[in-house]
Amino acid sequence: MNFVAWQMLTGDRAKYLGLIFAIAFSTFLMSHQTSIFTGLMNRTRSQIADVRDAPIWVMDPKTQYVDEVKALTDQDLFRIRGVEGVEWAVPLYKGLSRARGPDGKFRAVILMGLDDASLVGAPRDLALGNLDGLRDPDSIIVDRVGYKFFFPGEPLELGRTLEMNDRLVRVAGVANSSAPFQNLPVFYTRYSQAITYVGRERNLMSFVLVKPRTGVSAAEVRTKVEAATQLKAITTDDFGWETIWYYIRNTGIPVNFGLTVAIALVVGTVVAGQTFYIFTIENLKQFGALKAIGVTNRRIMAMILLQAMVVGVIGYCLGMAMTATFFEVTKDNLDLRGFRLPWEIMAGTGVVVLVIVTLASLISIRRVLVLEPAVVFRG
Amino acid sequence: MSESVSRQTAVVCQSVTKSFGQEDNQVLVLRGVDLEVSFGEMSLLVGPSGCGKTTLLSVIAGLLNTTGGELEVLGQDMTRLSGSASVRFRRKNLGFVFQQYNLLPALTAAENAAVPLLAAGVKRKQAVDRGRALLDRLGMAERADALPNQLSGGQQQRVAMARALIHEPRLLVCDEPTSALDAETGHAVMELLRDVAVREDRAVIVVTHDSRVFDFADRIAYMNDGQIVKTESRHKTESLSLTSIGVFA
Repeated sequence: MNFVAWQMLTGDRAKYLGLIFAIAFSTFLMSHQTSIFTGLMNRTRSQIADVRDAPIWVMDPKTQYVDEVKALTDQDLFRIRGVEGVEWAVPLYKGLSRARGPDGKFRAVILMGLDDASLVGAPRDLALGNLDGLRDPDSIIVDRVGYKFFFPGEPLELGRTLEMNDRLVRVAGVANSSAPFQNLPVFYTRYSQAITYVGRERNLMSFVLVKPRTGVSAAEVRTKVEAATQLKAITTDDFGWETIWYYIRNTGIPVNFGLTVAIALVVGTVVAGQTFYIFTIENLKQFGALKAIGVTNRRIMAMILLQAMVVGVIGYCLGMAMTATFFEVTKDNLDLRGFRLPWEIMAGTGVVVLVIVTLASLISIRRVLVLEPAVVFRG
Repeated sequence: MSESVSRQTAVVCQSVTKSFGQEDNQVLVLRGVDLEVSFGEMSLLVGPSGCGKTTLLSVIAGLLNTTGGELEVLGQDMTRLSGSASVRFRRKNLGFVFQQYNLLPALTAAENAAVPLLAAGVKRKQAVDRGRALLDRLGMAERADALPNQLSGGQQQRVAMARALIHEPRLLVCDEPTSALDAETGHAVMELLRDVAVREDRAVIVVTHDSRVFDFADRIAYMNDGQIVKTESRHKTESLSLTSIGVFA
């Protein structure tokens, strides 16, 4: 009878396509919006994730997320270095500065000040130049977004100059950095230079990056640093999640995206459910005839579920293809970098679509199950 | 019911009642129907609209339960059948021809004819081949691959007949098979029904109010107000109750 179910479904082309469109549209909206949301949330921790040399970040105990810090003192750095189990500890500056291009155009930039000696926290993926370039006086590494903004339409080239805090700085490299939350340009320079590019404050050390000794776990060092300094020490991963949760709790972003996803869910369920219901109602006499002929309720239920699953699978594949195409087409767009379609969202959307088509078919199934087969004798 | 009667007859109704609704709103549609349908015969159930013909047919076919009385179909006491057993009984033993054909619009004629076999678990190709062969016998070989909306009313009814007969049922129930057809087509359909469906080991019940098809009947049972009021053999009228001739003695 699977063949009969399939033929019944595809026989009414308009409703068949309508059902598929509803599921595909719903799938696209849910997977696309969720992917954008997770991409956006991932962006909030980009500068944390890009530091791959040190597993522990130490900061002021009241720090809530990466973009709002209270500076530490040199004394803090020395105390951390003295904690047992610490291999090394280096300062890291992270803050906002302003840069001006050759044409006078200026923009706020995220400035990362790296330890002068080790350059810990430097970008790993360079499109042009190398890290040693940072050792030259007043040299910076800019990310591609920054380069594109200050030198639009020009080929990547070292030696170009920008102005920061009345100082001329020279581009010593171009990095492929992860996109920050606000999509600002990211500049890297040595710590000693970074503090000259920003307004004077008494202390400017945002974080101390710590590497545990071989054989000592990060958790152990973290605990010892906190005990010895009363500062907050946290692993890279945990700090990333803390930052994400800060944005989730303190901005309207999740509500807005959640609303869109919820609407997609409701629209998908309602449209698919209504179309499926109408489809079933219009075939009620045929279902009655099948019941009269001796097709069991269980078989008819299986037929309807099969129809729902077919529609669900095709709609899901189409919707997911639309989402994947979007991310494929926009993958080279610098402003949209960091947005992608994770497999977890594909799987999760699949489960939700399964729920949608099941709900959509349930009301139809109920209608058919309570149908008296004697209805076929009523002209 | 006596054993002898059960063996010779396909359907035996004794004081069958059927009501719809509950308590104050209860409507008694069948008011004690006594009826016998024999194998090898085409029996017509006739009467005015609303007299209970279709309800009686539904009860005999196991589509509705009786409210009271005794009903034996093909030797099976229908009042004792559970829901699922009734479905299995219908699938195996009954064929249906409906007034509005009720063909599945997305299936070809051959596929529609094959539906009872598909429901019984026969492989699709085998079932459709048998549907095609039966349509050939019904003069529909060239239209076997047509969809219902590409067929005339008479052709659709022939496909419905093929669907009703393909699994060799022992009881065929037809609800107004000619009412949606013109006189000539209706006549042809009844002729075909008589030729193909009526066999020694099969009983055919036709509900109709089309007096033009009475000539095809072996027996006609007249209904009025939920009761059989008269039965008539093909060439002689028996204006008497079934109990009076000893059917339920």
